[in-house]
Amino acid sequence: MFDPMANAPPLWSNGPTPGSFYNFPGPQTKPNDHFTHSQSPVTTATSIVALAYDKGIMIAGDLLASYGSLARYRNCPRIMEVNDNILLGAGGDYADFQYVKSFIEQKIIDEECLDDGIKLKPKSLYCWLTRVMYQRRNKFDPLWNNLVIGGIQDGTPFLGTVDKLGTAYTDRAICTGYGAHIALPMIRDAIEKKAQPLTQAEARALIEKSLEVLFYRDARSYPKYQLGIIDQDEGVKIEGPLSVSQNWNIATIIKSV
Amino acid sequence: MFATENAYYPDYSTKPIQHSFSPYADNGGSVVAIAGDDFVVVGADTRLSAGFSIYTREQNKLFPLSNTTVLGCSGCWCDTLTLTRILKSRMQMYHQEHNKVMSTTACAQMLSTMLYYKRFFPYYISNILVGLDNEGKGCIYSYDPIGHCEKTTYRAGGSAGALLQPLLDNQIGQKNLTKVSAESITQEKALAILKDVFISAAERDIYTGDNVMINIITKDGIKEDNFELRKD
Amino acid sequence: MFRNQYDSDVTVWSPQGRLHQVEYAMEAVNLGSATVGLKSKTHAVLIALKRASSELSAYQKKIINIDEHIGITISGLTADARILSRYMRNECLNYKYSLDTPMPLNRLIGYMGNKMQHCTQRYDRRPYGVGLLVAGYDELGAHIYQTCPSANYYDCKAMSIGSRSQSARTYLEKHLEELQSSSLEELIKHGLRALRDTLPPEVDLNTKNVAIGYVGKGQPFKILEEEETSPYLALIEGEERRGGGASAEGPADPLREDAGDDGPQDPVPAVAMDTTE
Repeated sequence: MFDPMANAPPLWSNGPTPGSFYNFPGPQTKPNDHFTHSQSPVTTATSIVALAYDKGIMIAGDLLASYGSLARYRNCPRIMEVNDNILLGAGGDYADFQYVKSFIEQKIIDEECLDDGIKLKPKSLYCWLTRVMYQRRNKFDPLWNNLVIGGIQDGTPFLGTVDKLGTAYTDRAICTGYGAHIALPMIRDAIEKKAQPLTQAEARALIEKSLEVLFYRDARSYPKYQLGIIDQDEGVKIEGPLSVSQNWNIATIIKSV
Repeated sequence: MFATENAYYPDYSTKPIQHSFSPYADNGGSVVAIAGDDFVVVGADTRLSAGFSIYTREQNKLFPLSNTTVLGCSGCWCDTLTLTRILKSRMQMYHQEHNKVMSTTACAQMLSTMLYYKRFFPYYISNILVGLDNEGKGCIYSYDPIGHCEKTTYRAGGSAGALLQPLLDNQIGQKNLTKVSAESITQEKALAILKDVFISAAERDIYTGDNVMINIITKDGIKEDNFELRKD
Repeated sequence: MFRNQYDSDVTVWSPQGRLHQVEYAMEAVNLGSATVGLKSKTHAVLIALKRASSELSAYQKKIINIDEHIGITISGLTADARILSRYMRNECLNYKYSLDTPMPLNRLIGYMGNKMQHCTQRYDRRPYGVGLLVAGYDELGAHIYQTCPSANYYDCKAMSIGSRSQSARTYLEKHLEELQSSSLEELIKHGLRALRDTLPPEVDLNTKNVAIGYVGKGQPFKILEEEETSPYLALIEGEERRGGGASAEGPADPLREDAGDDGPQDPVPAVAMDTTE
């Protein structure tokens, strides 16, 4: 208290500092920092929820791109149809996703130019994106995304994911972001309870429920979403914008302790 | 003192925020290998995790490099994926250049060199390479992330490595025993111990669980086995 | 010593629109021993005649493994083939590394065609003096490709290159219809017969001078060991041989001494008819 340099006590706590109502995310200028060229996410998208069912795969993601806690852009699709056998979903930095999207599109164009009747396969794209993400990590300049790749290869549904480090794995159900904590346990439970693989209707119901629960608890989520489906019989389609069914009656039951 | 008051409200912090990027992740997993006179068994759990979330419960971490050589990896999964992909290419290149399959001993040396090549940006992996040596005896090579290599007859590595190695020292190395048997370990005994230690690891280590993939390597090739661990 | 004034460099055109240096390089292929490639719906087979440069030396390697699904056989400068095969192996490994799937043949051949073409257009290069038959099996099925020093490449049903290979091509043309539905064993038999037709009457195929390689559905590219070739050789043993190869002269070879640049003439495809051995 005798230190003349000491700050005056705050006018109040647990709220914005006077004169600084809001602090936008993103890197602030910090000279002489060796790592300043490394990225951090700015405009971010939240969870991706993806499932493999008996005859295909399903990927869902909402349409919100947040700027920190600000719900900034509310119509940002992040399910991409790569070709008629591959869907790509992305969470994390939206600009990085747009960049990823553009170079995948270019890859598909290059391939079409060859016109040799060979199409990119889900596992190939999954592997290739793993390499891309890993190489960017090695340069300390990661693409700040969680990518989910889905499709049908050799008659069986394929679902895989890659994160910004190049950590990649495949599973029957994949959720990124908050979905990994909130939706995935629910989905795994539903899959385990049923001996056979899910049907498309069951998978859709499960995804709808997951998005609903996520909307209740993930503050960066949004009730408008897209649902991409690749089905053995029906082919590829991206539905949406769809709405999350909401029931806020339960809100009154919840009491904070 | 002022800054700490907003620690629970990062969105309202007035301090510049720095998302420091770490190129490494600890994805857990344990590998245990036991060698005998004419065989070697290696097991790895199938849980891939990061912190408290389980990415997948069915991730194989054993990579067959040839008919007599298997590599078990745990640690940073993205490094594991890359290292094993490069290894696969190197095996093919060796085969094409020398017209023969690389021996386990040669693999062991190559792996050490490859790890040390990235000495200043290491692959953060705990590697255990197992196989049959040129006499057909089971052998195990274990590594640190920068390529230090040691040849042993039993080894535990990965997230439960520190937990299991003393157990193996006692059960297989017969350390601190008054009655020491001179007989070498049988395949059945090795498998039984392998399963037991994994069950123990799954009890105490949250990064080990779900399933164990086992590879049994004999002169007849690689046999696969699998058994379940607790899934919580 | 120049044979004419327009062959001093690869980049020099003749008034007839020909690149003599490139055509000379094509001749290098005809100096190599003959090799045959043929395919069915499910398999692609390479059969090659191996030569020993002297009594003291081993038989030269004619079939080279490129990847699990691709193999090549060479005719011409072996050293050049080594460089090309290293390039092909590299491309296949890189493709597999990044896309986790075997490289489609047409893409590999396309890349290689581009690489070889550079050498035919630059004054500080020389064309590769080797012809390849590339056999492979990918998602589009079995393939046989032929590549030339001129950097042309052809997707073939069956092909033969090397010295006296015209006889083998004649055989293959005659049996083209049967190949499509042949089994692997029949393919190898056809290949051996075709190769045998290139031999002078006093020489016959044996385990020492024949190399067999094949690839197919569920079958990684395999080069047979000496002892593994003998059962196949036994299958065609005793069959009547069709003379000692083609003795009839084909269309005039544009690269012969008598075919200079002294008058306008249509380009004629170069066909090797070296019967002297």
